[in-house]
Order: sequence, then structure tokens, then C-alpha cells
Amino acid sequence: MIDSKSWDWETSEKVIEFDDWKNKFKWVEEPYASPDGEKIAAVVNVDEGEFNVCVNGETWENTFDKVWYLRFSPDGRLTALISEMGEWTLAVDGTPWEDKYGYAWNTMFSSDGKNIAVAVQQDMKYSMAVNGIAWKQTYPNMTNYTLSSDGSKTAASVQVGEFDSGEIHKFQEGAYTAALDGKAWDTKFVNVWNMAISPDGKSLAAEVRLNLYDYTIAVNGKPWDKTYTSVWEPIFHPENNTVVAPVRVEGKWAMAEDNKLIWDRRFVQLWNQVFSPDGKKLAAVVAPSYGKWTVAIDGIPWKVTFRDLVTDLAFSSDGERLAAVAKEGETWKIVVDGKVWNNTFDMAWKPVFSPDNQYVASRVEKKGKYTVVLNDRVWSHKCEAAWDPVFSPDGNKILFRTIENGNYYRRIMPVTELAG
Amino acid sequence: MSEPAKKEQEKVVDQGIDVGIARLTEDKIKHTINSVIKVETGARLKAYVETCIHCGLCSEACHYYLSQGNDPKFSPVGKVKQTMWEMLKKKGKVSPEFMRRAVEIAHTECNLCKRCAQYCPFGIDIAYIMTVVRRIIHKLGITPLYIQDTAHSHSVTMNQMWVKDDEWPDTLQWQEEEAQAEIPTLRIPLEKEGADIMYSVIAPEPKFQAQLIYQAAVIMDVAGVNWTMPATPGWDNSDMAMFTGDNELMGRLKRSHFETAARLKVKKIVMGECGHAFRSVYDMGNRWLGWKMPPIPIVHAIEFYYELLKAGKIKIAKKYATPVTLHDPCNVVRGGGLEEKARYVAHAICEEVIEMHPNREHNYCCCAGGGVINCGPPYKMKRIKGNKVKADQLFRAKTDGAETLITPCHNCHSGLHDIVTHYEIGMDIKFFGDIIYEAMEKPGAIDG
Repeated sequence: MIDSKSWDWETSEKVIEFDDWKNKFKWVEEPYASPDGEKIAAVVNVDEGEFNVCVNGETWENTFDKVWYLRFSPDGRLTALISEMGEWTLAVDGTPWEDKYGYAWNTMFSSDGKNIAVAVQQDMKYSMAVNGIAWKQTYPNMTNYTLSSDGSKTAASVQVGEFDSGEIHKFQEGAYTAALDGKAWDTKFVNVWNMAISPDGKSLAAEVRLNLYDYTIAVNGKPWDKTYTSVWEPIFHPENNTVVAPVRVEGKWAMAEDNKLIWDRRFVQLWNQVFSPDGKKLAAVVAPSYGKWTVAIDGIPWKVTFRDLVTDLAFSSDGERLAAVAKEGETWKIVVDGKVWNNTFDMAWKPVFSPDNQYVASRVEKKGKYTVVLNDRVWSHKCEAAWDPVFSPDGNKILFRTIENGNYYRRIMPVTELAG
Repeated sequence: MSEPAKKEQEKVVDQGIDVGIARLTEDKIKHTINSVIKVETGARLKAYVETCIHCGLCSEACHYYLSQGNDPKFSPVGKVKQTMWEMLKKKGKVSPEFMRRAVEIAHTECNLCKRCAQYCPFGIDIAYIMTVVRRIIHKLGITPLYIQDTAHSHSVTMNQMWVKDDEWPDTLQWQEEEAQAEIPTLRIPLEKEGADIMYSVIAPEPKFQAQLIYQAAVIMDVAGVNWTMPATPGWDNSDMAMFTGDNELMGRLKRSHFETAARLKVKKIVMGECGHAFRSVYDMGNRWLGWKMPPIPIVHAIEFYYELLKAGKIKIAKKYATPVTLHDPCNVVRGGGLEEKARYVAHAICEEVIEMHPNREHNYCCCAGGGVINCGPPYKMKRIKGNKVKADQLFRAKTDGAETLITPCHNCHSGLHDIVTHYEIGMDIKFFGDIIYEAMEKPGAIDG
């Protein structure tokens, strides 16, 4: 988590010209705002095959043959995947990592932003690199990249068996496993998919397929002794390291914890489970019946259901409240504690709770204009772009990051001003 | 001629079937059949089986039947008789050799095109019954090798061509660079959260037909579309697991696709010119996951081009002069109702459109779809000879003046290429995108 106490929560408004960048460069790509709102940045094309990054109107010192996936780390450092002379790496605040690769992609950040990981390929051998240091081990293929919350551990599905195209029976003997910090499990599986690293960094759990039909969860290479007709991604309990995953039983989905079914109810669908920060509650997206979607907390679904989609679950810091985004037709909605807000949108992003859990805010878009909605009250500004709102540590103020009339704005506003 | 016809007479060697069959016991077959029927089917199968009066009206609908001298064993009802009816009648007590023949029928003699459902007085969906047979085949581990290998690719990479995670964005960046030689400011925006549209394709495009991505990028750029492509797995909308009966894998692939679109916060997914992928995202995979309809709207390329042309977002500089005929792919026409929009597009971009007959929802199948072409070279001649009726249909269209065949579906494209080559029909085959790219105004192009 980022400590935002040191951010400027006093200056009510800061403005950076943005549209005039278009006069300086051949083109300006989509902008990104820093978490503290002090910087606005974009990939810019300087000349044919020559790219740079512009931050608050200033470019990085060096240009590159290609720049993509520009993202701010949670600690405010600006990263991009860059190419020079046919080699790829990550650049942080304009400085490329020393090591270069045949390709680098899938940037991931630890929650405090201090550790940055990417997947890398060199000579068709695959591994992960953290802060510029790649695993010692490489593999002929790698997927499902995972970074622990503190960024100290990386993991991925890796290929450890050989088979040629068309050798289906050899494939079915198992050629894949998971690797934690480059070290592969001893057990081979037909498939290894999404995985999670335990909060203490010692354990790795993954969805596995033992053959074409039997699915289960493997923890540190050992599969649960019961198999299912399908499973979805596991997560670790934040306190006690148990593993929780949706499993398919007799055509319905159930929630399992360490291979024991924990919820009484079964669902047509069940996924995207998330623990409250203290681990006392477990919520998930569920379909209680065909074509009806909602959220279940500890197995009990909200009464309200939605036709198309429920996504972006967010617990309050005390675990007492839960917000989500829902969609019906072309309408996107915010749902908090099972109640649907009156305002609807053309798009809505993951809701954010204030530290005291009294307020919920979300970035939203309607008719091509972006703004912020807080406790179902829509901020009057209609912006060309907006980023997620951020509450001050004391919960009294809110940071807005927007582009309006071609300028980037960083605004601090008392929450009560919008909440009424 | 593309391949000597005599090969088709020989016994097909298919390690996927042969090895699997050798491992079977009659007990395993019985248990598997009864388990699938009891646990995974219900009123639908029962109603279909009990409603059929064996009238045979479906026969005339099937291109295999028509192409094989009206041989009743190729009629839709004949295929059911040789598979599901027998399984039900014998309560699953069938032999491994029976199952070998069931694999041949379900995987290489039926394209799941659903033309026969239109000719059945009761609307019995025989493709569904064949899908249940394929599910049993999957559970028994006797799926043909080539399509099983494709399903394995899906399982590892979430795409059907073993395209590795880095190869995908690398290919898009290569195509972007190529296209910038024509339109210097063109972008293929990767991972652009909040774009209006996510564009998704099938894996043969980055693997073998990257120019199709180039062409799509040019169309997007000229039309001023706010679009993106994902740099992560989930970009491939295809789904051979749907055709092997591996429903669990089908669901996993579709979840990946839709969750990628949801993560990117797009309002629509526009997909390239593929038919089976449309079926997988619009009908099969989404519904297996519990969605009645796609959670993020799916727009097939035909409909997308229709919207762009109708709104004047792309303008045609010079219509394609060669007379064309239009093949209606089953999944987007019978399955998606896009036949009139396809004709709007064809007339908007071509000087002369000559209808083949029958057409629209009554069009003959390409004989490649439904996973049949994905069963690979061992069945190529069977597929070609099983669609002589299509060759005759195309000859008639050619006699009427058509020189180019438009087919907005990848499987149709490949299957019809084999038909056109083998029967020496002499037609060019194109996607809509090929012609739009060629005929459109490109204001930002260097030579525009």
C-alpha cells in the first residue's frame, strides 16, 4: 500500500498544459496520470521510428525505437517497455534496465511499487525479471505471470516437458508445472493456469488439469486429493494461508477452502472471489441462476441481480462494506452493499472506499465524457479523461485527476463539497 | 487438382482415434455414454429423439448426402441413426469399432452447419445431437489428432495456434510498423483502457495471415475508431474446444476473452471475419458460462463494416470491378442473421454482385466448418468429395459471371479454397476486408 500522507493535500488546483504537446510531436498517445496526481505522461512520436515519453511537458533524455505500455508504478515512478536496436527492456523514469532481452512484456508492480517485474524472452527461452534481474532458470514456454503482493516473489506456469506438434498423447502425460522464483515444482501437469502466492511468500497455489478431464488445485506442487470437472483461480486467505478456489461439482459451482466445500449454496457460476482485508469475509461474483449475476458474501447472494455482468469487487478497509460494478444492456451501474445507485453510466471503473468507509467513489463515463461519482452524486465536471479518485489518509479530501479543455488538472476538494 | 482422390479410399490413420480406441473397453464406453446422457443432457435430447418421425426430409439439406449420390448414411437422420440412436437403444453397450465409426461421422461427416434443422418439420437440431456425440468422444479420449492438438494449444496458450505470449504483441507491433509505411501516423493501440472497441481475431491471423491485421488496422485508422487490442492472452476469439466437446476448456477460453474486454473497459468487441468464433462467443461459450447473451456485445466484422459504410466513416474510392459472388457462412447467417448486412457491404464495395443459389440461410456449407477442416489432412479428400454440391453451386455462379468469391469466414475461406482448387472452378477468394482495404479512400496514406 502506498502512504499518501506526504502528498500535497492542500493546493486546491494545479494545471499542466497537455494539448500543446500535440504541436511538439508527430503524435501523442493516450496519457497516464501519476498516483499522486503531480505528473501527466504520454508516449510521443518524435520522428519516423523514434519514440519518447513526455512527462509534464518534458521528454526523457533518450529516444527509443519503440515505447509501449507506459504505466506509473504505485510509488510514482514512470515505466515503459522500450526497444533499442532490436532488443527490449523496461525503462524506469527514462533509464532502461541494464539487461536487454529478445522481448519484454507484462509489467507488474508490487502494491507499494518498489518491485517491478516483467516477463522476458531471450533466444526463445522464457523467464521473469524483477527489478532488472532475471531468473537463473529459463523455460521453453511460460504463461500466467504472477507477482506477490510485496513483490518479493514471482511465479508462472512453465513448460518442463518436451513434445512436438501433434504429439497429443505425450502432451497428455503432462509437460507443464509452476515455478516460484524460477524454481519449478517437481510435479508435471497437463495444464497449469492461474496461480497465487501466499502472503508470506512461501507457498504457491495454482489451477491444474491432471488429464483432459480432472481439474484441481495444486499447492506447492501437491494437488488436492479430490478432483473436479473444472476449477477457477485460487487465492490465499490473508491471515492463515488457506487456499480458496471455486470448484465445479455436479454441474454447479461451489467454493472450496483447502479442498473442503465451505458454502452451502451452489451457483451456475462463481468466480473472482476476494477476501476482506482482515480475511473474515469472502465475496465472489456469482450467477445464482442462469443469466442472473450478483455478488455473494460468505455464500449469501445479494437480492439484486444483473443480466450481463458483475465485476470489480471492492471491500472497504474494515471489511464491512462491499461495492461492485454491474452492467445491464449498455448501462453500467455502481452497486454498494447490494443497493444500486440511481445514476447510471456508459462505463464505470472499480469503486474506491474512503479510509473511514463512509464514502464510495468511482470513475465513470457518459456520452464520451468522464467524471467522478461519489455516494451516487455526480461531480459536475465533464472531462476528456479522468483517473480513479483518491481519498486523503484522513478521508476528508479527495484527489481528482482529469483532463479538461486540453489541460491536465490536479484538484483537491473536501469530500463534503461533492457529497453534500 | 489439390490431392489425389484415391487417398480417400484408404483407411485413415489417425493416432488420435487409433490410440484412443485401443485403450477403450466396452465398460468404459457404456459408463461414459450413459453418464453424459444422464448428467449432461435432458429434455432437449429426449424431445429431439422422441419427436423424430424418421421422415428423412433433412436429407436434402445435407451437402454430404447430396454430394455422395444421395447415400442415406450421409443423411442427417442417418448420422443420428448410426450414432446416438444406437447408443440409446443399446443403453451405451456399443463396441470400440462402433465408436470409431461414430468419430468419423460426428467429426468428419457433419459440419454442425444446422442447415438440416431448417428442413426438419419439427426443427430438430441434429447438430446439437452430433455435439453430444462429440462430447462422448471427448470423454472417451478418441478425438481426431489434429483438432485435439489444436485444443491442447488452446489450453496452454489460450489461442489455437501455439502463439506464445510474446509473439502476439510482437506481431502486432510488426504489423503496425508495416502499416506506418503506408499511413505514417497509424497505430495499433495495445492495452488502451477505455477504448470504445476491442478488436479480436483468430490465431491463424498472427500466425499466417498477419496482413489481415494490417488491413483491419488501416480500416480502423481511416474510420477514426477509438479501438484497442489486448497484449495478453484473451485476444483469440476462436474455440476448437467447442468442437471437440471439451466444454470446460471452451468456457475457460470464453471467460478469458470476455474478461479481457471487461478489463480493458471497452463497450464492444469487434471480431474479424470468422464464423465459428462468432458461434463460440455469441452462442456456445458464453452460455456454458451462464451468460444468456455476450456480457460485452460482440460485433462481427460484417456488421462492423456495414456500420462504417452506412455512416460514411469509410468511403469507397473505386468499387471492386471484378464480378463477385457471396458465400453466406452458416454461423453468422443461420446463426447470426447477418445475410442482408453482408449484401449491403458487398454492394457498397463491389461493382457487381451475382447471387449464388441457394443463398442466405439456405446456402450450402463450405464443408470446412464445425471443426471438420481442423481434423486435418487425413480427411481432406473426404471433405472435398463431400461437398461436390458446393462446387456445382459455385460453377453456376461462375457461369452467371462471378469471378471472385467473397466469404467472410476463415474456415469457409480455407474450405472453399480446397473446393475451388480441386474442382478447378477458377475463382479468387477474398474476405470483405481484402476488398474494403483495396477499394477504400485512405486520406492519411502516403499515396492517398
